[in-house]
Amino acid sequence: MEKEQYQQLEQQVTPKPPYLKNIVKAFFVGGIICTIGQAVSLFYMTFFNFTEQTAGNPTVATMVFFAMILTGLGLYKKIGQFGGAGSAVPVTGFGNAVISAAIEHKSEGYVLGVGGNLFKLAGSVVLFGVVSAFFVALIKYILVTLGVVSW
Amino acid sequence: MVIIFQTKPSILAGGVVAGPLEKRSTFSQYFDAISEDERWQMKTNEQGHRKMIQEACEIAMKKAGVKNLEVDFFLGGDLINQMTPTNFAARELAISFIGLFSACATSVSSVIIASLLTELGASNFSIAGASSQHNAVERQFRYPVNYGAQKPATAQWTVTAAGFALIGKHNDNLPSIEAATIGKVIDFGMDDPFHMGAAMAPAAFQTIQSHLEKRKQKFYNYDLILTGDLGQLGLKLLKGMFAESGVKQEELTLIRDAGTEFYGQDEAFQSGASGAGCSAAVFYSYIDQMMRAGRYKRVLLVATGALLSPLSYQQGETIPCTAHAIEITMK
Repeated sequence: MEKEQYQQLEQQVTPKPPYLKNIVKAFFVGGIICTIGQAVSLFYMTFFNFTEQTAGNPTVATMVFFAMILTGLGLYKKIGQFGGAGSAVPVTGFGNAVISAAIEHKSEGYVLGVGGNLFKLAGSVVLFGVVSAFFVALIKYILVTLGVVSW
Repeated sequence: MVIIFQTKPSILAGGVVAGPLEKRSTFSQYFDAISEDERWQMKTNEQGHRKMIQEACEIAMKKAGVKNLEVDFFLGGDLINQMTPTNFAARELAISFIGLFSACATSVSSVIIASLLTELGASNFSIAGASSQHNAVERQFRYPVNYGAQKPATAQWTVTAAGFALIGKHNDNLPSIEAATIGKVIDFGMDDPFHMGAAMAPAAFQTIQSHLEKRKQKFYNYDLILTGDLGQLGLKLLKGMFAESGVKQEELTLIRDAGTEFYGQDEAFQSGASGAGCSAAVFYSYIDQMMRAGRYKRVLLVATGALLSPLSYQQGETIPCTAHAIEITMK
């Protein structure tokens, strides 16, 4: 059998990823995570001296803490298998990427293992997040200067 | 390349040890030991991996009543960088050792070399086989074990198991190795590391086809043709290739795949099991015992291996694969 013929056969046999099902599952899992995040945010605003602007930081820290517990118990990977992008995109997914790497590389010691590999998966999120934030800010600055929009 | 063994070396004993999750395997009743701890009470996964190999080899020797000082060669491999688990196990076993890497096909390539050494008269007893440990392999080839990435339906689950066979001179009452085919490296341009069955199926096809051709045998001359770890989709593709080449549907039922059957129909394992330990565990427990019991008289074991590394696929290389086969007969 020729390569091209085989590739056709492979296309036939391989099931298509169930996009619609995955999107619906991601929507609900992501939605639930964000609803919990909103509840945490309201908690900080109601019981502590935080405003809508300042509640973001403690909320993110709390959500990452939850992700840490779930990762340590081996539950986050199960949520991830079900929820896909729904559990990968929110900050809990970022937390999971950092914490799973930390657990994995503990065997090589704290400096070369945990320290050196902590951002192995999350590193590109940090890098491209900062780069895209820079460009978005730059575009907005130009638009404000031109008087198209205001801060 | 097909080798015909004149002296027909025998499998004197098999030793198979598996991890706790493998209790769920359809083949678990045939395994010699199942560990309650995936790290074998060691500090790291890699150390547990080493201990698992050691235990499997010791079981094979014990079953045949052979001491490690009497064993001439230890041939084996695993999937971890530089094969440290097997190298370190060889240190503990203190047997003359050569590490072999054919990815998941090492379970058979090692037995071929052991049979050749036996045929040559250089070896009275040789231990050959392969192993894999899920967590250690996962972390090296994919992501940290606890990372929540979604695996597609084409993905396979690396088995935690070690399977070794003690190969010795021919014995009429034992399963014997009559012929072997050393496979070529085949690359059909597949490049998805989460779809290894599709990459390996053409290699299995080529090896089975050239083995049958050179041996002048047909499918129905075998009780079973068992591939290593193609998974459900890889097995479908292999059968599709044979159907295309004119093999009849009823003959195709003789082809089975250890990886497809390993965890039963459990969807949590997607397309099925994989890893060097998958084929090794099934070949040297289930098949060995079925042949001893006379259930099978002639089987062809085809171990398939994907010869990729995380570096090679990140650099955009396709996945070259190989398949090695041994024909085992029982009087």
